[in-house]
Formats: sequence, C-alpha cells, structure tokens
Amino acid sequence: MPLFQLIMARRLYANRTIGVDKNVWVEFTQLAADYKAVNLGQGFPDFSPPQFVQDAFCKAVSGGPQMHQYTRAFGHPRLVKSLAKFFSRVVGHEIDPFEDVLVTVGAYQALFCAFQALIDDGDEVIIVEPFFDCYQPMVLMAGGTAVYVPLRPVNGGSTVLSSGDWVLSAEELASKITPRTKAIVINTPNNPLGKVYKVEELQMIADLCIKHDLLCFSDEVYEWLTYDGAKHVKIASLPGMWERTITVGSAGKTFSATGWKVGWAISSGKLIKHMKIIHQNSVYHCATAAQEAVSHGFDREYELFGTPESYFQQLPATLHRKRQKLASCLRSVGLQPVMPEGGYFMITDISSVNVDLNDESTKNESYDFRFVKWLIKEKGLATIPVSAFFSPEHSKEFDKYIRFCFVKEKQKQWKKAKVIKQLEKQKRQEAAERAEQEESQSNKGNSCHLLIVSYYRPR
Amino acid sequence: MSFTRRILNAFRFTCRSFPTNCRRFCTSQSVMASRHTHAKRIEGLDKNVWVAFTSVAADPSIVNLGQGFPDIPPPSYVKDALAKAASVDRMNQYTRGFGHPSLVKALSQVYGKVYSRQVDPLKEILVTVGGYGSLFSIMQGLVDEGDEVIIVEPFFDCYVPMVRMAGAKPVLIPLRPKSGKKAVSSADWYLDPDELSAKFSSKTKAIIINTPNNPIGKVFTRGELQVIADLCIKHDTLCFSDEVYEWLVYKGHQHVKIATLPGMWDRTITIGSAGKTFSVTGWKLGWSIGPEHLIKHLQTVMQNTLYTCPTPLQEAVAQGLLLNYKLMGQPDCYFSSLAEELEGKRDRLAAILQEAGMSPVIPEGGYFMLVDVTPLNQDLSHMGDDEAYDYKFVKWMIKEKKLAAIPVTAFVGEESKEQFEKYIRLCFIKVDCKMSMGQNVPPFISFWFATMETSLITF
Repeated sequence: MPLFQLIMARRLYANRTIGVDKNVWVEFTQLAADYKAVNLGQGFPDFSPPQFVQDAFCKAVSGGPQMHQYTRAFGHPRLVKSLAKFFSRVVGHEIDPFEDVLVTVGAYQALFCAFQALIDDGDEVIIVEPFFDCYQPMVLMAGGTAVYVPLRPVNGGSTVLSSGDWVLSAEELASKITPRTKAIVINTPNNPLGKVYKVEELQMIADLCIKHDLLCFSDEVYEWLTYDGAKHVKIASLPGMWERTITVGSAGKTFSATGWKVGWAISSGKLIKHMKIIHQNSVYHCATAAQEAVSHGFDREYELFGTPESYFQQLPATLHRKRQKLASCLRSVGLQPVMPEGGYFMITDISSVNVDLNDESTKNESYDFRFVKWLIKEKGLATIPVSAFFSPEHSKEFDKYIRFCFVKEKQKQWKKAKVIKQLEKQKRQEAAERAEQEESQSNKGNSCHLLIVSYYRPR
Repeated sequence: MSFTRRILNAFRFTCRSFPTNCRRFCTSQSVMASRHTHAKRIEGLDKNVWVAFTSVAADPSIVNLGQGFPDIPPPSYVKDALAKAASVDRMNQYTRGFGHPSLVKALSQVYGKVYSRQVDPLKEILVTVGGYGSLFSIMQGLVDEGDEVIIVEPFFDCYVPMVRMAGAKPVLIPLRPKSGKKAVSSADWYLDPDELSAKFSSKTKAIIINTPNNPIGKVFTRGELQVIADLCIKHDTLCFSDEVYEWLVYKGHQHVKIATLPGMWDRTITIGSAGKTFSVTGWKLGWSIGPEHLIKHLQTVMQNTLYTCPTPLQEAVAQGLLLNYKLMGQPDCYFSSLAEELEGKRDRLAAILQEAGMSPVIPEGGYFMLVDVTPLNQDLSHMGDDEAYDYKFVKWMIKEKKLAAIPVTAFVGEESKEQFEKYIRLCFIKVDCKMSMGQNVPPFISFWFATMETSLITF
C-alpha cells in the first residue's frame, strides 16, 4: 500500500473543497500545450501595460526600502486615496478611502472576500449566466446554493448580432428569488458575452434587490472597455443601491497588467468591514510596489479623464479595431459572431459548421467542448467552449458557441487571418472535390482556427 | 412571507408617504437590520493586535521596534531582478496559477538540496501570497468543522483565527521556561512531552509548529521535533510547520525540518517566505512544500480564492533563489550572510536592553527578542485593569519613552496570559542607529535614561 494511504484513516481534505476541485482551464491549457496551438482563447493582453504605469512601477521598485515592506493591510494608503478620489467622481457618491475600499489580490480575491464574508450555509445566490466560472465554486465554498438565470438571445437567436440582444427576463429573474436568496451576482461588461447592461436593465435588477432586500455583487473589471457608444453604468450609483452593492474592479484589466494581481472592492463601509475580516485572516496584505504604481496610474487618469490622452479612451479605441477585424474574419468563413458591446471576448455561433466529431474520447461531452477539442487537435487552434460558462441545467441550450479573445497584437491577428484565409481556400477546394465525388461529411474548411488557452488563466 | 420581511414591507409602506430622501433613509436603515448580516465564519475574528499598534508606525518621533519587517534594504539584485522582470511584456500578465514555472523550479532546486530529496516543482509546491497565504490555504484545504488543531504558545497570532474560521477548535499548549532557571535564552523554553501528549485526541487533525519561533526565537532541536513527530505518527495527524525564518539561525544552532524526520514527509506541509528570506515582506510571496496528496488540496483552495500570484515578483524571487542556490554553503550566500548581520544586531540590542534594566531573552533564531520588563517594576495601576500588563506597558512605553514594541500576550490564549504578561517583543532587523546612541534618529536608550524616574527603577 502506498505510504500516504496510511495517513488519515478519516478524510484528509476539508468538506469545503469537495466539488470545487475540477477546473476546465487546466484541461484545455494542457491540451493546448500538447498540440502547440495558437492562442486566441486566453484572456489577457499580449501587449504591455502603458508606459506611464510601467514607469510608475519601476519608480516604486527603486523607491525607498518601505516600497519592499508591508504596507497598510486593507490597501496601500496612496492607492485607496487615489481609488476613492477617482471613483467618487464616477459613482457620484463620496467614497471614504479607509472605510469603503478594500484592496485585494486581483478582483478574484475581492470576489472571494465578498462570498466568504456575506454568504452563509443555506443562502442562495443568483448568478446570471453566462458567468465567469469562479462564481459558482466560490458560492459553494461559502456553503451557499447557486441559482442560475440565463441571458437569452431574443427571437430564438436567428437574428442575433450583438451582445445587446441577449437579455434577462424580469419575470424569470423574479421567479428565482426565494426567502433564502441573499445576493445576486452580475458582471458588466460580461465575460464571455460582452454584454454591457443598459441603465433600464440594471434598474430592473436594482428594483428587485431593493424589493427583496438582496445584496448585489457587481463584477465590473472590464468597465473601461465598451464599444459602439455603449455606456458602462454602475449599479451602485442607482438610488438605494450603494448600501447593498459591492463593486469589484481590477488594475489588471484597467491597465493591461493582469500579472500584477491588484484589484479592489468598493462598497459601503458596513459591508467592507466584514470583507476586511476575511482579508485579514487570509492574505492580510497585498504587494506594496504594484499598489503604488496603480495609484499613480489612477492619478494620471483622474486628470486626463474624458480627454483623448486618457488610457481609458485609447484602450477601447484600439480594441474596437481588433474586435472588428476578428468579427470580419469569422464572418468570412461563414461563422456568426456575436458582437460584444464591451470586454475582451467575442462568442461565435458554430451551429452552421458541419464537422465529423468522431473522437471517441470526447463522446460524452457537450458539442462545443468536442468541437473545441477537435479544433485543437486537428487544426492547432484553441478557444473556449461557452457552455463552460453556463450551469449544468442550461449548458445544453448553449453548447453551440465558442469564445475568442481579441486583446491580441496585430501580428497574431494577421496570422490568424492568414490561417482563416487558408481555410477558405481549402474549403473551396474541398467543395469542388465533393462535387465530383459522392459524399464527404467533413466540412473542415468551414471551421475557423481557434486558439487554445494556454495554461494561463483566461477571463 | 418571513416575519422580518413583513416588518420591512410595513415600514416601507409607511415611508411611501414621505419625500424621497426619507424613503432612502428608511430603506437603508431597514436594510442594515436584516440582510446585511455577515457570515457566521467571521464571528469573533475582527480583533487584531496589529490594528491597535500599527498606527504608531506613522509617527516619526517614535522608534518602532514593534512590527516585524526590516528597515534594512533588501539585496540589490532582487530589486534589479524585479525591475528587469517588469520590463518584459509577458511578465506583466497572468502566470501559472500554482506558481510561476521559473519560481517553482528554483524552489525545487533549493529545497531539493535542503531536504536531500527530489521535490516535484509542479505537484509538491504551491506559491502563495506570503507565508500567511500558505497558512490560509492549508487551513481551508485540510482543516474541517469539528477538527482540533494543536497550537504551541506563543504563536504567530493568525493561527488561532484561521483555525476558527475553518470551523475547528484551537487546542493550545504553552512553551514553558525550564524550572529553577531564569530564562535568558529561547533555548530555556521547552514543550513538556507529557503535557503535549495529553493534548492529542481522536479529533486532532494537525499540530502547528513554528521554528524558528515568533516571538520567542526558539529553534526546536531534533530531539524536540522527534517527540512531536512520534505523536503525529502515533495519532495519525498532520503537521503544519511554519519555517518562514528558516535561514535566520544563529551560531551554535541548527534549523531542522520536521518533514525530514522518518515518517513525516507524507504528513507535513512546510511553509516558507520570500519576504523573510530576502527582506522583502512587501512582496507577499511564500510557498507550501509537501507531498502531492496534501498539496493538491491547497491547490484547490488557491484556484478558488485568488488563483495566481503576481508574475514579476515571482520571477524576481526565482532569480534571487537561483543566485543563492549557487552560493549555498558559502559566506556570501544571503541565506547565511543575513543571519550573520542579524546576530550582531541581536547582541547589540540585548546589551542595550540590559543597560536599561530589562531582561532580554536571547533568541536562537528569527528576528524578534522577548524582553522581561519585570525588573523595571513599572507601576501601571493608573491605567486600569481591563488589559494585560504587557499591553499597558507597551502603551506606556510608546507614550513616555517613544519606543514601540508588541505585547506578547497577543500571541497566547487566555489561560497563558499570566505566564507571559511581563514580556514584550522587540524586532531587531532594523538599522543600527535606531538601536544605539548618537545617530540622527533619537536613540531610544538615551531618551529612556533622560525620561527615567530613578525612584521607579529597581536593579
């Protein structure tokens, strides 16, 4: 018997880790690495953060010894002051830097603190689908029960062109609320769909939160990335919502520096104080130098807000072009992209593609999982299957979509376009061959090369 | 409808007759009462000794020898490595969740040598947000409701709240000074084997040890660790060994890893810290090393709490480790040169404290020193009796002597308070001028004598 089996006649691991150990990214990143695929799946930029923020980081690193030692646990003073000043103006509410702000190790840890501090055994948490996958295990780990409400494309999806066409049904949402419902989680701009909730949609959610006395966890990491004039609205700014909303933000997404892992939660001090207790008993401090650099970034943006020099204008303008290019590429091979109004990602309907997915090893998986794996193995391209962002009860309805990330440099886009054009050519040749022969089932040329997520964390 | 909800609805109905701002007031007040209750897991965990004393650090007129972080600079090559890493595009984006590849490989090399065994970088190492983050991942991953966890007093203060947050019961056992002997060294404190044995029960999941110990500075001998190991094996428990100060061991003493004792690798997780290793506490990087069947549960926690640690910092620590790996055993290896530097500071501080009439307990390791203030016979009855003596002494010392320390009863449970309340903790990883005479910073010792009232001092 292996030695370790002699350890712990009773169960080794804690109950709270049951059911949250699987992670879809691990599987796909491994596959991508194995097949050395090109990556349009991973959810982070392949360009550097803007110069001013990199300079601020270098300055912090070469600053005095205090830059390399512990700072204030709940947030480096300079950073919380910058965040409070910046967001007070945006939210229209005076934010106290020391009471209403908690700096965390990425927005991820802010979410963790919110769930751990405020969700208890037996609480229900409504999650709007498609959702960033960590919400569900975090609810579970907090002893809560996840209740799902999907965004649905209007008109059964036949004329869907934009993420704005995916909507929440007020009746369906209201029907999911029970006396045990503690909170609702929304993500705007949404990952993976790219939906930017309009003020009326947020008002509908806010009305229900107030009526049923719910908390709202609003994940707004992509808040600066909106396109085609879509406006990001903070649900916390609606009447009656400040006291019950936790808004989560990310320096990684704001300044294209995901590897710095600096995030924050902003809310009424009455909620933040509970999150502080989780924070002080889990990581306690966040790294000092990165916080210093982010604070300089926000100070600069405060001065330049709304002007063309603002990074918060320039980044979405750059990504807008990349978004258009990707969408045209996908349409050129007969796919139907859903134009995102915001965020890093675009989903594409693959139901028109007709391929022979005869891989025995994926026989029992959902269609999009099988399709993505087939593309990885056969075409050296990876993406993320969108049903991974849906609950088990709804994933079957949404298993014909795959997700791309377009926050990539020109070369990769060009390379991707080239690969897609090769596929187009291949498609025409195959069509001609088919016209001569009897039947080939595989319509490989219709597929788009999709890039695998590597073993980095996609959002 | 629940009773609470009926009350709330009635309240809101009444408010409807009033102007809007009253409605907002009414809503927010009623909201506080009902739904914004925190999760049970944070009950009683809000108190924190650092919150009480860190504001002191902001006052430049006070010599702060309390909080445990260096004000000597980190080695320049780690700062350089960080600046270099941040200039590489890829290093500013997400890396592998369980630890940046170059870092886990470097850790595997260093600790492979230290343990004299192969340490798998991908399966037997988890990189965390400081040693603190490792402790948290361990508790959340392996400690369950109803478990008991043995903690040796005095303990780093986060152990108890973390155990409680995991729903388990802390079982405390104090280090005791050897009888008939005045404790002049940390080696004079020991664990009574019979007393320890009696603390193990069928519910004991683990024992936490910290060597070198914070705050006493005790370095557990091989014999002492063997007693603990024998009990772990006999009772089939785990061992969480906090060894963040592993390199800071002074002449005549040797750091022994309990995981290297027979039968212990498979049941021990050992915690290390970049912050303590390289004098960069503000980088908040640490690691857990152990067998795969334990580490995998910590990895599950990691992927559901903050997912990954900052990339450039990990890269810089990797470079620092590789550099020193080559120098291991040589005098200019930072792992040993820092210990040599600190030994001098330790001895100088001890001499100064003796001169001021206090009794230092010379630590065998770490960078803290316990000081017995009994000989000063300071009358603090005017400060009330709702706090332990050491808390009052530290507050008095801050006010009257402009010197900050940490009260040692912050590191013990209720029952042991009396045993430790005449001790304060000082940190000596500080620039010499803070600790001696005739420099720019008001030397505390001369100020001490200047404000001394001889009638209160007995020798």
